[in-house]
Amino acid sequence: MSDDTQSGAYTFAYLDEQTKRMIRRAILKALAIPGYQVPFASREMPMPYGWGTGGVQVTAACLTPEDRLKVIDQGADDTTNAVSIRRFFQRTAGVATTEATMDATIIQTRHRIPETPLTEGQILVYQVPIPEPLRFLEPRETETRKMHELEEYGLMHVKLYEDIARHGQIATSYAYPVKVEGHYVMDPSPIPKFDNPKLSGNPATQLFGAGREQRIYALPPWTDVVSLDFDDHPFETSKAPHDCDLCGAKDSYLDEVITDDEGGRMFVCSDTDFCAGRRAEGHEGRLGGDQKSSKTFANSFEGIWPATAGAR
Amino acid sequence: MIRIENLSKSFTLHNQGGTVIPVMAGAVLSVEPGVCVGLTGQSGSGKSTLMRMVYGNYLTAGGRLVVGALDVASAEPRQIIALRRHTLGYVSQFLRVVPRVPTLDVVAEPLLVLGTPASEARARAAGLLRRLNIPERLWALSPTTFSGGEQQRVNIARGFAHAYPVLLLDEPTASLDAANREIVLTLIEEAKARGAAILGIFHDEGARLRVCDRLVDVTAFTPGLAA
Amino acid sequence: MTIMDRIATTHEPLLRVDGLTKHYGPRIGCADVSFDLYPGEVLGIVGESGSGKSTLLSCLAGHQHTDTGRIAYDGRDVLAMSETERRRLGRTDWAYVHQNPRDGLRMGVSAGGNVGERLMAVGARHYGDIRSKAADWLGRVEIASDRIDDRPSAFSGGMQQRLQIARNLVTSPRLVFMDEPTGGLDVSVQARLLDLLRGLVRDLGLSVVIVTHDLAVVRLLAHRLMVMKAGKVVEQGLTDQVLDDPQHAYTQLLVSSILQV
Repeated sequence: MSDDTQSGAYTFAYLDEQTKRMIRRAILKALAIPGYQVPFASREMPMPYGWGTGGVQVTAACLTPEDRLKVIDQGADDTTNAVSIRRFFQRTAGVATTEATMDATIIQTRHRIPETPLTEGQILVYQVPIPEPLRFLEPRETETRKMHELEEYGLMHVKLYEDIARHGQIATSYAYPVKVEGHYVMDPSPIPKFDNPKLSGNPATQLFGAGREQRIYALPPWTDVVSLDFDDHPFETSKAPHDCDLCGAKDSYLDEVITDDEGGRMFVCSDTDFCAGRRAEGHEGRLGGDQKSSKTFANSFEGIWPATAGAR
Repeated sequence: MIRIENLSKSFTLHNQGGTVIPVMAGAVLSVEPGVCVGLTGQSGSGKSTLMRMVYGNYLTAGGRLVVGALDVASAEPRQIIALRRHTLGYVSQFLRVVPRVPTLDVVAEPLLVLGTPASEARARAAGLLRRLNIPERLWALSPTTFSGGEQQRVNIARGFAHAYPVLLLDEPTASLDAANREIVLTLIEEAKARGAAILGIFHDEGARLRVCDRLVDVTAFTPGLAA
Repeated sequence: MTIMDRIATTHEPLLRVDGLTKHYGPRIGCADVSFDLYPGEVLGIVGESGSGKSTLLSCLAGHQHTDTGRIAYDGRDVLAMSETERRRLGRTDWAYVHQNPRDGLRMGVSAGGNVGERLMAVGARHYGDIRSKAADWLGRVEIASDRIDDRPSAFSGGMQQRLQIARNLVTSPRLVFMDEPTGGLDVSVQARLLDLLRGLVRDLGLSVVIVTHDLAVVRLLAHRLMVMKAGKVVEQGLTDQVLDDPQHAYTQLLVSSILQV
């Protein structure tokens, strides 16, 4: 025990060894049954629910002193949530951190999959608010478990049907439900559906942690993941029909940023590392090759309206 | 087509001290194809009771009651259901239908349950209603709102919609005017001509004389009334 | 060959129930119930509250555990089936119409989605087909096609009940369980529903087990009738025969207690 303790202040990565062992057992089980939600005894963490307590516990259980950790929130390394979680592990585990996707061994993410393709050996940890994809249609936990067990997923398509009936197309644009290895229907956490294709056949290990709901699920490397759809309304990814205004990327997921109160706006890569990397290589978008991170650049516009000042 | 041997019937009133009321004993009767037999006897002698037993509406206490090839007295409910669909028609004095169903569909129903295409069944129903002088503007309405005479004619149309080999008629001409009475009697004669075996109750003596080939006085089967 | 011809040539019962018994602790839910139900037949079950008719229905439909007895559906032992098989049966060959439409509908899902759910549950994946089938069924239960995207919460009680029926029948089940389907509806709405049910039974050749305490409903809908008292079947037979010539003391009491209009 004391060997693991770096400075005497914390156990390595905050959680005690028994807890980490318990979480690892849940992770192993989740990897053995891709897409299946494994219950685990989620611990109180020194941050509120909704700030990634599930992901943090999974990351803590996976971390070794040799790991290099990257934390992103909505694709950005420098937003409050990402910064605070990164600092948390710097203090409690003393691990190295990085912003470069390709250099990281573990990446904890909220709402995005990095643009840079992941590689074998990497672990992507998702923060999950509501793990049960059937929850909004079937409130009974006993019933949803039974539905998963018996693969009764008609209800999932009812949700998509309602979308088309109301909007003329499948309007679900994030947390888009997927079917894993032909069995379990899974909520991929609130990533944009733009990222859904990256779930499938990914060489990295993908782990999903829901702290409040006390569930862990996983996609082992190279798992087959299919986004649900209709024959006559096939799954389609979507993104803003623009290029990144900073790096000029045509195929990355973009954030829209309001730049003034006269309708001015810009579109920038949501993945800050990807955007910065491209600009370092000399790519340039409409607004030129500003060397700031796209998010920092965007953040510099905050405060134009008093109401948004200080908003996360 | 109808053969009745030594048929008996009694009612047991469990909630009135278990009183047993014998209402029929030793009933004998037969009706051949193309023949109409009239039941006679004073009110309460058991004419309607006998008719209801033939239809399977009342259980029998003893004896044999064969309609077509089926012994109704010992048949399974589903056999009686099939018999009523295909073989045995019944024009009762009361019209019992789902409220709000259009008259045309009420009359077409016996054909629809046999699988007759709806258009064909409705055409046949329309022909009968027209013949029985039910104004076309009433066809889309439920017969539950009709006068007694109109309801009676709807009931008759329903009974004649399908060419049942066996027909039970309970006072088919009661409450009809002369013109409609004539039409009903003609319908009965046509049914006989196509070979239907008919068992009827007619208080209307002229009708009885005209369509009945034989009369059977049920008083002879009434316990306590028989001579 | 019409449905009626097919039914007439079927000599095997669709549902065969033998000695079905269910206890609630020391109390009898229903005891030693046996009957056969043939394709195209409607069996009515009547009795006062607590007579065991609803217990029987939920045991038949697999909503409750049965203590002893046998249920054979289409020659298959229902009680020996795995839950997967039984639930599959529940969304394909079988249907269950609840007394309260709220128990049988998804109130937060549009009428079209409610009807389409069973189709999607058995693998339908073409939105256009699902929607046109749903529209067709809404028409059959007399719900205007422009209501297809409205939620059932915006419907009247009678419409909700008709929607529940459409939702249940869209996958062409062969056996339908109904628990007081006309209970809680206005008399005029009841009549319309009865007519609809009769037509569907006739046109689709459905077999139906219907539980009700309304003798007028069974007279118009059921071919055969079973009378229950204190968990036991006291009398069964042709519906009109049981109602017009009841043999058991309880049935006589029941029939003589109907208020005349």
